[in-house]
Amino acid sequence: MGEPGTPELLSLEELEASGGLRTGRKHILSILVENKPGVLTRIAGLFARRGFNIDTLTVGPTDDERYSRITLTLDGALHPIDQVTKQLHKLVNVLKIRDLEPAETVARELALFKLAVDGASRAEVLQICEIFRGKVVDVSRRSITVEITGTTDKIEAFDRMLRPFGLVEMMRTGEIAISRGRAET
Amino acid sequence: MRAVDAIVECLKAEGVEVVFGLPGGANIPTYDALYDADIRHVLVRHEAGGGHAAEGYAKATGKVGVCLATSGPGATNIVTPIQDAMMDSVPVVFITGQVRTDLLGTDGFQEADVMGITMPAVKHSVMLRHPLEIPRALHEAFYIARTGRPGPVVVDIPMDLTRADIPYEPVEDIHLPGYQPTTEGNAKQIRQAAKALAAAVRPVLYTGGGVISAGASDELRELVEAGGFPLTCTLNGLGSFPAPHPLWLGMLGMHGTRTANYAMDEADLIVAIGARFDDRVTGKLSEFAPRAKFVHIDVDPAEIGKNVPAHIPIVGDARNVLPRLTEEYRALGAEQARLESWWQRIHAWQERHPLRYDDTTDDEIRPQFMIESLYRATDGDAIVSVDVGQHQMWAAQYYHFRRPRKWLSSSGLGTMGFGLPAAMGAKAGMPGEQVVCITGDGSIQMNIQELATCAQEGIDVKVFIMNNGYLGMVRQWQELFWDRRYSAVDLGRWPDFVKVAEGMGATGVRLSSKVTLEADMREALETPGVVVVDVPVTAEENVYPMIVPGGAAREMEG
Repeated sequence: MGEPGTPELLSLEELEASGGLRTGRKHILSILVENKPGVLTRIAGLFARRGFNIDTLTVGPTDDERYSRITLTLDGALHPIDQVTKQLHKLVNVLKIRDLEPAETVARELALFKLAVDGASRAEVLQICEIFRGKVVDVSRRSITVEITGTTDKIEAFDRMLRPFGLVEMMRTGEIAISRGRAET
Repeated sequence: MRAVDAIVECLKAEGVEVVFGLPGGANIPTYDALYDADIRHVLVRHEAGGGHAAEGYAKATGKVGVCLATSGPGATNIVTPIQDAMMDSVPVVFITGQVRTDLLGTDGFQEADVMGITMPAVKHSVMLRHPLEIPRALHEAFYIARTGRPGPVVVDIPMDLTRADIPYEPVEDIHLPGYQPTTEGNAKQIRQAAKALAAAVRPVLYTGGGVISAGASDELRELVEAGGFPLTCTLNGLGSFPAPHPLWLGMLGMHGTRTANYAMDEADLIVAIGARFDDRVTGKLSEFAPRAKFVHIDVDPAEIGKNVPAHIPIVGDARNVLPRLTEEYRALGAEQARLESWWQRIHAWQERHPLRYDDTTDDEIRPQFMIESLYRATDGDAIVSVDVGQHQMWAAQYYHFRRPRKWLSSSGLGTMGFGLPAAMGAKAGMPGEQVVCITGDGSIQMNIQELATCAQEGIDVKVFIMNNGYLGMVRQWQELFWDRRYSAVDLGRWPDFVKVAEGMGATGVRLSSKVTLEADMREALETPGVVVVDVPVTAEENVYPMIVPGGAAREMEG
């Protein structure tokens, strides 16, 4: 590819190819950080600077009040992920980063589905909820709201089943994840 | 005590003798504490000058530089020096005033989101929320700035905090759970590297600014001389190894020597020490050093494997790693003769492709001749700061540095306007040394106001302006790659730098006689006070050799 300082015209294909970071492999990064203002901005900024699109992001307290846990999922080839995790390590407020291996990880997400369901189809919806171990958390004459937890796949399957009944809106928390076995994440 | 007095106590405890800055509403209390503190404050004329001065001070002395700026525009004016310090790993603590906490986020007068604006440009930054945090935060800032891979740290202090009454005790127990640089270097990896060096028949050592930051020049020399290895330096690494030297190939990269670039191209082993394979070094990355294996020694693990794969990565401080590498290498008893044919090849390149230029037959001064004259006039022993552009490259090519911390260059960011304030900072930190600034007629105008600072403060820098009437490097690219369409590079004949110098309280001279140039330069160097030397040079001279943009290192032109 030509250098920006030369008059050679660049094709759009060339420009797009050079930014080809997304490969479809999903990563779950679990990041332990100091509970201080601005930490999330620093981390998000590092990803943005390298053209990453973060798919999900959750932040919450840990068993130690000095620290918070950030779990984020994204697509990327292994190499750019490697570079970005090294850069994350350089942040003074970041203590630990794990690129979690899907097979050795338990990941869960919570979702809320609000459905425009009246009397006629309510029974059928409740039946599906039961199969997915969903829980009804709100009901009105013209709607029902269901809470469900599980893997991303399960929530997507639930979504596909319920959508035809009239989805008003849906909210997802993004995944949190913990490593399997005795070892700490 | 007043929180601002605690700030001053912190600075003293950190051994700060000089700070650079400019006061404003939000840091008046801090300046009140400085009024009778035993710390020299250099009042710059623009905060950018203060930031670069702190960098120059840090680069020349090896200590942490300090720059003060007020909130809002004061702080935004130091964004360039902050990024500059980040790119070249310069330890500087920037202390910015901020509006009082109850005004934060309300678009208060002179409010700017300093944390947000500087976040991608800092090694670390913190905005204080409570006066009791001040001492620890400042000590941590110094610690973070100077350890590991050095860099800029910003401490943003809302004004109301500085007016509090707090106790001060020096903080010595700094423990940052998320910041523990690896400095030792893995013993097994070091042994592997020694073996690779002993097995290599075409090795090259490639050293950067990291060697200087680590204070590892003597250790580097030991290794190089133990093995008789050829060595090349990056722009930022000049002075890490004494030049000229029989084992030194010159600088590498876009305007490096052919020998250095050819050696990298044909090497079977490249040992990178505190260098980061910048695009100006590698040329076309896919064709960079195609036969080489890489040993990469760096204190920053994120540099290793970033641009080229490291076959033997060593995370550590060069000062710790190099002596052990030398020891391991010596123990292997490698046969020196294996490098003979490699050296023959290198010597042939050196003979065929020395740095050269066509000198004039009349009295016109070639820019290269100007640098050579200055090299002789200063006996090759000055601290040299440069700005950015053609003069910077010629200075790098024709001024040789025998010792580290003599060469102050904005190498990574390439900031025009760096040179004069950096020279000012260096001279403030090293008053006994001859400090010269080599600059261009374009660059000098970007922070020329600091001449007044130098004059007022008695900081006697000597400024040599290579005056070709152009933004020369851009003109060169337009000549070579854009059909000589000289768009927006002609600076005309103004200003008259001699008159500007006089107006700023400096001595101004114009040297246009080639025959007496060196002697005239010596006279200027011996003139007391700040001296500005305007040297008209060939207007359209190009920096060669050159790796053409997008080209491979072996395809050098000129």
